[in-house]
Parts: sequence; C-alpha cells; structure tokens
Amino acid sequence: MTNPNNRKNNLTPIQVLKRIFGYIWRDYKKIFIVVIFAIVISGVVSAINTIFIQVLIDNYINPMMKDPTIIDTTMSELNIVLLVVGGLYILAVIAIYIYTRLMAVISQGILKNIRDDMFNHMQKLPISYFDGHTHGDIMSYYTNDTDTLRQFISMSLPQMINCIVLIVCNLIAMFYLNWILAIVVLVLTSLIVLFTRVLVKRSAKYFKETQICLAEETGFIEEYTDGQKVIKVFNHERKAEQAFDVLNNELCKAATSANKYSNILMPAANNLGNLAYILVALIGAILLIQFNLFEVGTIVAFVNFTKAFINPIGQVAQQLSFVILALAGGGRIFTFMDEKVEEDEGYVTLVNVNVKEDGTIEESPKRTGKWAWKHYHKDTNTVTYIPLKGDIVFEDVCFGYTKEKEILHHINLYARPGQKVAFVGATGAGKTTITNLINRFYDINSGKIRYDGINIEKIKKEDLRQSLGIVLQDTNLFTGTVMDNIRYGKEDATDEECIAAAKLANADDFIRMLPDGYNTFLTNGGTSLSQGQRQLLAIARAAVSNPPVMILDEATSSIDTRTERLVQKGMDALMENRTVFVIAHRLSTVQNSDVIMVLDHGTIIERGTHDQLIAQKGVYYQLYTGVFELE
Amino acid sequence: MDIVRTIAKSIRDYKKQSILTIVIVFFEVIIESLVPFVMSILIDYGIRENNLTLCIWLSVCLVVMTVICFITGVEAGFMASTAACGLTKNLRHDLYYKLQTYSFKNIDKFQTASIVTRITTDCTNVQHAYLMLIRTAIRAPIMLVLALVLTFISNWVIGLIYLGVAIVLGIILFLLIIKAHPYFEKGVYTYDDLNGVVQENLQGIRVVKSFNKEEVEMSKFDKVSTKIFSLFSNGEKISAFESPVSQLAIYMMMVVLCYFGTRFIVLEGSMTVGVLSSLISYAWMVLNTLMLISMVFVNIIIAASSAERIYEMLKEESDIVSKPNPVVEVTSGDVEFNHVSFSYGKQGEKLVLDDINFKVKEGDVVGILGGTGSSKTSLINLIARLYDVSKGEVKVGGINVKDYDLKSLRDKIAVVLQKNTLFSGTIKDNLRWGNENATDEEMIEACKLAQAHDFIMQFPDKYDTYIEQGGTNVSGGQKQRLCIARALLKNPKVLILDDSTSAVDTKTDSLIREAFREKIPNTTKFIVAQRINSIQDADLILVMNAGKIDDMGTHEELLKRNKIYQEVYYTQNSQGGSIDD
Repeated sequence: MTNPNNRKNNLTPIQVLKRIFGYIWRDYKKIFIVVIFAIVISGVVSAINTIFIQVLIDNYINPMMKDPTIIDTTMSELNIVLLVVGGLYILAVIAIYIYTRLMAVISQGILKNIRDDMFNHMQKLPISYFDGHTHGDIMSYYTNDTDTLRQFISMSLPQMINCIVLIVCNLIAMFYLNWILAIVVLVLTSLIVLFTRVLVKRSAKYFKETQICLAEETGFIEEYTDGQKVIKVFNHERKAEQAFDVLNNELCKAATSANKYSNILMPAANNLGNLAYILVALIGAILLIQFNLFEVGTIVAFVNFTKAFINPIGQVAQQLSFVILALAGGGRIFTFMDEKVEEDEGYVTLVNVNVKEDGTIEESPKRTGKWAWKHYHKDTNTVTYIPLKGDIVFEDVCFGYTKEKEILHHINLYARPGQKVAFVGATGAGKTTITNLINRFYDINSGKIRYDGINIEKIKKEDLRQSLGIVLQDTNLFTGTVMDNIRYGKEDATDEECIAAAKLANADDFIRMLPDGYNTFLTNGGTSLSQGQRQLLAIARAAVSNPPVMILDEATSSIDTRTERLVQKGMDALMENRTVFVIAHRLSTVQNSDVIMVLDHGTIIERGTHDQLIAQKGVYYQLYTGVFELE
Repeated sequence: MDIVRTIAKSIRDYKKQSILTIVIVFFEVIIESLVPFVMSILIDYGIRENNLTLCIWLSVCLVVMTVICFITGVEAGFMASTAACGLTKNLRHDLYYKLQTYSFKNIDKFQTASIVTRITTDCTNVQHAYLMLIRTAIRAPIMLVLALVLTFISNWVIGLIYLGVAIVLGIILFLLIIKAHPYFEKGVYTYDDLNGVVQENLQGIRVVKSFNKEEVEMSKFDKVSTKIFSLFSNGEKISAFESPVSQLAIYMMMVVLCYFGTRFIVLEGSMTVGVLSSLISYAWMVLNTLMLISMVFVNIIIAASSAERIYEMLKEESDIVSKPNPVVEVTSGDVEFNHVSFSYGKQGEKLVLDDINFKVKEGDVVGILGGTGSSKTSLINLIARLYDVSKGEVKVGGINVKDYDLKSLRDKIAVVLQKNTLFSGTIKDNLRWGNENATDEEMIEACKLAQAHDFIMQFPDKYDTYIEQGGTNVSGGQKQRLCIARALLKNPKVLILDDSTSAVDTKTDSLIREAFREKIPNTTKFIVAQRINSIQDADLILVMNAGKIDDMGTHEELLKRNKIYQEVYYTQNSQGGSIDD
C-alpha cells in the first residue's frame, strides 16, 4: 500500500518558506509592501499604547498626586494628549483594516496561483509519472496539502509579522526604560523560545506524517470508491472496511500526536510568559525596596511591557502549529512541482501551408486545410517544408518501460499514407506499446521512428500529437455535454461538424435518443451511457479532429459487430489517403487492412494482407481458424 | 440540529476525553484569570508599601498558580487532541462503512471525487472545529464573565463601559460571520468541482495528451479555482472587518479607561494605580475572548458546511436491503425473469427493460446478444440484485431475489462487470477477492480455467506480480481473464460474464468456454458478447433490441428465423466463412 514515492518531501522548511514568499513576492509585490507598511504602523501604535500607560502614570498621575495644585493644568494637558493618542489609535485601526483586507486577497490569490501552477505543471508531466502514482495521492496535493497553506497565509503570516513588530518595539521600549529588567525579560523569553523549538520539531515530524497518511487514505478511497461496484459484486465490503480502518487508525495516531505537541505550545508559551511576568515583578520589587533603583511607575510599566512583550510570543506559538502544518503540506506541494516535466527538444513544427501550382510550398497564417512540417536546418540556416502525409517508419526500434526489461525487440515496419495497418497478437505482445511510442508517451531505447521522413524526436510533441488521432479502449469522457465531449477533438468545430462526426461514428442515432440529445450532460466519465456508446463517442471525438494518422487501440471492442461495421465504413471514407493503425483482438475488425502485423513477445513474426497470411498458413492462419494461441 | 446529533454520535469512545477537556479547562481558566488580580495586590500592597515579605509570598503563590495552569493546559491540550482526532477517526470510519452499504443506485448518485472530499477534507474541517470548540467553548465565556465581574468589583463605571463595548462588539462580530458564511459554504462545495476536474484529468491523461488539450484542461481548472478564489476572498473580505473592529473597541476602552481612571485616581481617590493596570489586563481579556469566540465561530461555520456534507452521506439509505428473515441459501442456479420491467430513474421514466420473460435451468448457458445500448448490461445486473426491478420479479433457484439475504445471494452469483477493476496489490491479493481463504492450488485451478495461468507464469514474480492501480500494467485481455478467475473463485451457482472477453482473442475465448463446460457444468452461465461464436453453442440465446427481447432460441433456430441474428452472423462470418465450426 505504501508507495515509497509518497514519502518524498525533499525540501527543508526554509526552502518551503522561501518558495511561499517567492509566490507572494512574484504576484503581489506592491500590495505586500503596503501590507508590511500597514502592519508596522499598527505594531508601532500598539507599542505606543503600552508606553502611554507608563507615561500616564509617571508623568501625569503621580505628579498630580504629589502636587494637587497642578491638577487643573495637567488635566487639560492630558485631555489633549488623549486626543492625540486617540488619533493614533484610529490611524492604527485604519492600518489594520487595510492589511487584513489586502491579506485576504493575497492569501486566496496565492492559493489560487499555487493550485493553478500545480495543475499546469501536472499537465506537463510525462505519462510515466501518472502510471506510477495513485490518483488519490495526487488529488491530495490539491485538497489536503493546499488547505494547510490557507490558514498559514491568511492568518498566521500577518499575525506573525505583527507580532515581530510588537516584539521589537516593546524590546526597544524596555531597554529604554531599564536595561537590567530588560535583560531579565530577554533571558526568560529565550527560555520560552528554546522550549518552543523542541516542541515544534516534535510536532513537525508528526504533521509531516499526518499529511502522508492523509494522502495514502485519499489514494485508497479514490481507488476503492472507483471500484465500489466490484466491491459490491464480491461482497467485499468487510475487507474494504478493514483495510480502510488500518489506514484510518494510522492517520488518527499521527494526527493525535501532531496535535498533542502543538496543543502544548500555547499553554507552555503563555505560562512561561506569566512566569516571566511574575519574576519581573518580584525582581523589580526587590530592586526597588532594597536598592531603590527606580520609581513604582517604572515597575508597573515594566510589568505591563513584559506582558506586552510576551503576549505576541504566545500568539506566535499559537500560530506555529499552523505554520508547521503548512510547511508539511507545502513541502509536498513543492516537491510535486519539482517533478521533472516531459522533455521536448523538438523543433520541427506543423504549419498551415498553401501549395502553389509549381509544387512549391508556402507557409500560411490562415487555416488552409493543408499542413506541412516546418523543418529548420541549423547548419545551413534554411527552412524546408515537408508536406504532412502520414508516412510512418520504424527502424530497428527497441523499447522497454524499465531498463531491465525490453518489451519490443528490433521492430521494423512502415506505413504508407492511406494504408491501414493492423496489429494483432496475444495480449501483452506489445501492440499498445507501439502506439505509445508513435505519440511519444514514452521514448524509445534505440532505433528510429520517422514521420514523413523526419525523426520524431525532432518534432515538437504538441505538433506530433496534433497530427495523430488516438482512440483508446478506455474512453475517458469528461464532465460536460455530449457536444462538448465531441468538440474535445477540435476546439473550433461547429455543431454541424460535431454532428457529422457523430454520424460518421454511428453515434448520432443513440445521441438523439438521449433525454437532451446532444446537450445531454455527462458526469462521472459518462456512466449513464453503455460502454459501447462511450466508445462511439470517443470515435466521434477523434473523427472531428480529422487527423492524417489515426490510431485505434481496441477502440471498438465493446461495440457490437454490426455497428462496428457501419462505423468502419464511415471511418474508411474519412481516412481515405490517410494512415490508420488498428489494434484489435477481433480479427473481423482487422480483416480488410492493407497490412496485418502479427506480434509475439515484442517481435513481428508475420506480415501481409489477410489473404496472404491465410495462404501462408502461419500463426495468423492458426489464430484465425482457432487452432493456436499466441501465448 | 439533526446534523449535530448525527455527528455527535461518532464521538463514542472519546466522550470521556471530550468531557475531561472541558472540566480541566474550567480549572485552568479560573486560575489563569486570577493571576492579574493577585498581581495587582502584589503591586499595591507589596511594592507600593515596601513590603518585601508580602511580595515574596505573593510571588510564590503566583508561581504555584502558573505551574498549575501549565499542567492543566498541557493536560487539556492532550485530551482535546485525542478527542478531536478520535472523533474524526470515527467519522471517517462511519462514512466509509456507510458507503459500503450503498447500492449501485446510491453509488451512481455520489461522484468519486465528492466522496473523497467528504471523507478527507470535510472531516478535517470538523476536526479543527471540534478541537477549538472543546478547548474554548467553556474557556471563552468563563474568561469573559470573570473579566467583567472582576472589572465590576474594581470599578463599576468602567465595568459598565466594558460590558457595553463587549455587547456591541459581540453583535458586530456575529453579524459579520453570518454575512460571510454563504461564501464559505459555497466555497466548500466548489472544492468538489475542483477535485472532479483533477480526477477526470488524471483518469483521462492519455486522452488529454493525445489531443493536446493541456491548455483546455488548464482553463477548465482555472475556472474552478477562480471561482474558489472569488468565493473565499469575498468571504474573507467581510471577515477582514473583524480585526479592525475589535482593535477599535480595545483602543476605545483604553482611551476611556485612561480618561476616567486618571480622574478616579487623582480627583476621587477611588482607584489605585495597581487597579488601573489590572483593569488594562481585563480589557485585553475581554477583547481576546471575544476574538477567540469569533475565531471559533468562523471555524464552526466553515465546518458546518462540511458537517452538512458528511451528514448527507451518513443519512443516505441504501434502497436495496435484505428483508427480515431472508433466505440464506441459494439452492440452485435456475433463473427466471417474470414480466420484468426496469428503469434507472423513478417510476414512469423511460423503461430500459420492458416486459422481459425467460426461464433457464441450472447449468444452462445463456447467450445475450444485442446492439450497442440495447440494455444487455441492465438485464444481467438484475440477477444479482444490483438494482431492483421496477415491475415483475426475478427469481433465482425459484425464489424472488428480493427474498434472499443480499450477501448470500451475491456470494452465489458471480458477476464479471464490463467496466472491471483490479486493485493495486499482487495478483494473489486480487484473486483472493473471490475467496479469501483460497489455497494456491485453488487459485491456480481458477486461473487455468480462465486461461490466465500461462501468462501469469511468464511474469517474473508469477502470482506475486504487483498490479498497479486500475491494472495499468497488464493488458486489457489479461485484465479480463484475471477478473474471470477472480469470479470463478467464488464457486458460484450463477456466473455472469458481461462482455468480459472482448479483449481476449477468439482462441482463448473458446478455450475459456470449453473449460467452463467441462469443469463447472452445474453453474448457470450468462454470457453477454459481441462475437457470435462466443455464444453460438449456448442452450438459449436472447437477442436484445431496445430494451426488449426480440427473439430467443438456439443458434440454429435464430439463424433460421431472426433477422437481427442473421445480420450479425453474416457480418461476422462474411469473409471467413464458417471456419469456426
């Protein structure tokens, strides 16, 4: 169950913080500067507030009590001071409003940008990444892990900046008032910080654990819920529950430990703070009474400062658990975003062209319906245009998904434009693998694949795939209307084009029978349709893109033979003069191909037309007559 | 209220910790609140009166109080985290167990992505809220009351002012939260859409890449993430008023306190400097508790939306349940459909199956043939009572399927679904789904029957080969055969293959059928297929067309009289003649 890849979180907390701040800096630099400015204002005013109490006691209350004659003048002076201070307070309130309001936008904006970047990055990952990770595990990045950042950016971050400003201001004020007491406070607070550090480390370990457990549980739920019907059919509910409980208990254990340590943070910081507060009062009292070093007002002020100094430390401690959680989640997210993307060194692109009468080719910015490969030659600094035909050649191609195990051995084949090439062979013979190589989902180990004479490694992947239409056995329809799903093949297709494609795929009839026809909304991969209907839609989707090369990988396996025949007729008309690769088990599907390749264990063992192969009385013949199986 | 009750049910074994947390917090908060009170005595009577002994005694007293506070605080923190995480664990457990009772219809209703968010994110939200609730539910009100009472004791004028500010501030905070709530609630639901987009993208990543649709997918995602952004930032923009409003309140209290305090001290002598400084502490206490309460409230509001979604799943009742005193044994594999009609929606919606009648004996092979969308799958789904009929009755072994205990019924009817799933784990793990106590020999036997043994033996790890999620590392045909073997291990009375050999080559397909005939002759077999030769030796062939049985009979009979059958037969055999015979 435990995928070792899940455990990856190579980033140190500092690196994670840097990345988060990098986002803030990149997207909201100006606003963030305003925020900092506003926070500093509110922090300074807040410190002034504490100092003011001391000033009030020392400069106004005590003199008035000692000398009642000055009461009247001092009182009116005090009123003015109170007005000034009140004005400062209002300024601070405005500053606070500004920064909380701005932070609301920044934090949600950053979250959005991180999510978007994550998704965009994911689109660029190679297929091999998706083959090696559970879907739920990846989904967890978007929910559980991004969620941890929410609290951190929107609440913890401004509060912590605020606290730091407060701490600094109060520290300055304390040293100004009395350096001896200030040092006492400093020593005591460094104890708090040390203690907190220990707790944070402990807690961080378990929070990391929690996020990993959560991802595993998400992976489990996603996989098992997707197969829930199988669970029902096999009465496997108890088993699934047991497996779930194991993961769930593990998660609970990690979460409890993480929360335990982070829950100690607040009482620890608060009470150590109180302790410092008491000690300052006591030491102050001793110094005052024994040595008469300063006035009562100073002690009162100092006690208040200690409180004001330690309070924000307590608040930081309270936020720390969110910070730790965010670092755990953020670490996973950024590690995911550091996954290597699909490399593309291709430079040959597909362009629209006009073919002049003399046969020369000219690039056109408009859609002309004619395509060519634009090939730039570096050494001669020239550009050549090669018309897109759909000519595919495999030269001595070897391939394996892992280095240890080669799946395809020395494949040589060619498909001329307009040919229909079929692959037959037992399951696992390597048929699908061949198509994975043509569109470069995977790269070959050795040999060459040429497309219209160009090595496909030189072709930009996007352009390569644009020129290939692929229909897979697993249809994967998307949430949206039937029309949307067909249009997936070609974004700017008109309704008419989509309907024409549907007719071609013989899907029009059943679509019209649906409650809302082409506007029927499909969810959950189109579960409301039968498997065969979904395949018809997938064919329509590929047909609308009208590609020069089409790959049909078991594309009609769930369609009844009668319908399949109708579909084939339509496809043959569409694919006239174009190349088609067909993979099928049903031999009737491939019979009318121009060439049939029989694959066995990654090697082509026979090739020819249906009639040739039958006459040859080899493996194909035996397969066809049902005497022999390829395994 | 029903929501709270339902969720509270999951506290169960963590009730003790929950209550203890509240009790401990109660003590903690009382002592904590007394600290500034004792402090003011220390300043007024210790320091001001130059009484060092009193100072020391009071300090000791304060230290003891702090230590008690610390211990209770830590203890409460421990209890609270155990209780909150425990509740979440139970909730997740309950949700998942509930999910297992769902019928196919229930499963169709909830999307996978939504179920995933409910069990993970939503439960986490509840956990946060519960943790805060039990730690602060008692703490905040007590602190608030204590702070106010102590203020009143010190000076009733200031007390009244504090009370007034607290009430006004409380009301404002409450209104803000109420106003922000709808945004957060919608935001939480939008998470489902976000998850949905991600999940679909992951499942269809090959399609996305083949069609170069990365950009489209990105803009799809962007739409949802923008929606989340605007909902949450609008909500938070409203919440953004909370902190300046609270700060305004405390500053107002400060100015007023300084103004009146000075007058009380200097002019009336009714207050001391020590009292003034403790009044400042109380002002902070009032403010902090109000902030705390509003924070808890926000969390509860966010969690409320989540709780609702959890409740929705917990309250969803399966429409297919065993009767009381059900029949627990399936005695024979006879199957009968008696005027069966069926529709997926409610009564009156378009019938997917219309008046189906047929009867087969134990050991019969039934072939089902029909065009794409002719309801073949719907028909066989009724046999194992995966859905309930709308009209008529389905009988297995002469007894209506509704009278059986569901588990017993499904134990004896093996369905190999069309859209089948292998789970991540070894081949053996997957096979054991059919029979968890299966011996190696039994597994090999079943795999031989399903013609899977040979290819399994070619894997380096043989039966211990690890299957990736969704079986991506085996081919379609291999997957289908593993699924058949898995079903065979149940040793069923009725075996249903829903187009389960579509990716298997003809030869293997016929070997499988031959093995069935020889090795499990007493099992009734339903075979839904596209290939005529998969079913032509069946005892009974049903030809389906648009939800009705167009005709039934043996191969020879149908070939003679049924148009659809003839057409299918000739398209499949037009080029090769009748080589298969």
